[in-house]
Amino acid sequence: MVFAERSRLVEGVRAYGLIASMWLRSTMAYRASFVMTTLGNFAATGFDFVAIMLMFAHVDELGGYTLPEIALLYGASGTAFGLADLVLGSMDRLGRRVRDGTLDTLLVRPVPVLAQVAADRFALRRLGRITQGLLVLGYALVTLDIDWTPLRVAMVPLMLLTGAAIFGAVFVCGAAFQFFAQDAAEVQSSFTYGGNTLLQYPPTIFAKDLVRGVTFVVPLAFVNWLPALYVLGRDYPLGLPEWVSFLPPVVAGVCWVLAGTAWRAGLRSYRSTGS
Amino acid sequence: MRLYAVVAAGGFRRYATYRIATAAGVFTNTVFGFILAYTYMALWDERPQLGGYDMSQALTYVWLGQALLATCAMMGGGFEDELMERIRTGDVAIDLYRPIDLQMWWLAGDLGRAAYQLMARGIVPMVLGALAFPLALPRSPGIWLAFLVSVTLGVVVGFAVRYLVALSAFWLMDGAGASQIAFLAGLFFSGMLLPLTLFPGLLGEVARALPWSALLQVPADVFLGKHTGWGLVEAFAFQGGWALALLLAGRLVQSVATRRVVVQGG
Repeated sequence: MVFAERSRLVEGVRAYGLIASMWLRSTMAYRASFVMTTLGNFAATGFDFVAIMLMFAHVDELGGYTLPEIALLYGASGTAFGLADLVLGSMDRLGRRVRDGTLDTLLVRPVPVLAQVAADRFALRRLGRITQGLLVLGYALVTLDIDWTPLRVAMVPLMLLTGAAIFGAVFVCGAAFQFFAQDAAEVQSSFTYGGNTLLQYPPTIFAKDLVRGVTFVVPLAFVNWLPALYVLGRDYPLGLPEWVSFLPPVVAGVCWVLAGTAWRAGLRSYRSTGS
Repeated sequence: MRLYAVVAAGGFRRYATYRIATAAGVFTNTVFGFILAYTYMALWDERPQLGGYDMSQALTYVWLGQALLATCAMMGGGFEDELMERIRTGDVAIDLYRPIDLQMWWLAGDLGRAAYQLMARGIVPMVLGALAFPLALPRSPGIWLAFLVSVTLGVVVGFAVRYLVALSAFWLMDGAGASQIAFLAGLFFSGMLLPLTLFPGLLGEVARALPWSALLQVPADVFLGKHTGWGLVEAFAFQGGWALALLLAGRLVQSVATRRVVVQGG
């Protein structure tokens, strides 16, 4: 059973790679267009940070945080989100596939449906978002005066990977939700894009209930807030013990188990439109 | 004239069909409204009266942005993808045979769309925002009326910009790049990310003079009572002037493009 599960996972990853590389080749047929859209992707997300810099033209601190500190939160969340978006960003097209019946084509192929949906229209231009996040993160790490310990150093790459995994689970859950509400891709966006926007600001500026919600209900706080505040040596506003900052890998694992369950439930409930 | 009214009604009905999508959009606008409202509160806590707004006016600005995002199609969406596709496939040649004005036809449909979006995706987030935050809602019915006029002019400016973007497909074939630039400019220069009164120096002056400020900054200032008397007339003239100039530019480009279609044979 365990062996069967694993081979299915390998099969899924392999299929993902094949489909993604096919889309990659088709994108690269129009190199100028690829360069333009990647730059556009970079600029689109870059404007968010420009807006934050414009804010800091008027103030020295926002919610008690300086610009480099917010840049750390911003860069970590932006990079993690960018990674998840690169791998799974096409999942929000699932609702359309359910509506127009093209999902049926994927069901008859001997390849995991999740891999097919995720790799569909794989868009390398999304590297623009990751690059932008990494640049802001780099700026933060250079400017901040952090008391580096081995744990804090390790926390930075860990935060990006587990953050991407948590966002990825949200993408899959959102897609599973669209099996039921076929026309509601925007609900998914408010958790993915909305979550990313939320995490770019320090938790101190939000209402306590909102912070509790994204810590205990939709655990987005584990993407960057908890690990980054540990790196910065700051307390989390809910007064959680310090070891909670090390939980992101566990939280990511739990999220993926839930996402997998939700996905299977959604797929099982799928009724073709017949068109 | 009656024909265009029918087209506008069609545009309204067409978007009204997607109820779940509308509900999902309302949800998203509300979520983003909350996130932005808290960031603005942190900003105005530090600097009350920033950009000439007090806290409740700043919060009102946030929710107006959410209400007008879909209405003025600041992030694109609406007719331009369809028109670009018709240009790419050559179907636009059939449209040009029809005894209608192509630009007015699409404008009528877009006005219908905007009217629906304002009612469906504008009112509910605004009400929810007003319940959660102390908003500065105008008391005088005159301001509400002036706001509606300003929004309408903003929708026309937004349409005229996107019409030009769509026409670029006559030359570029693939309008994705032009759409993306228009989307970025719309988001940044409309004041959606931050009120344009907070943009410093020359950048601020340029941003406030560009057509995109007619989409959010001007209607929001009308709503907040920043333009009264002659100031209001000036605001309308600014929006109307851009609307006219961009619509005329659209006609000009269209007539050049049409000649191209005839040469190509469709």
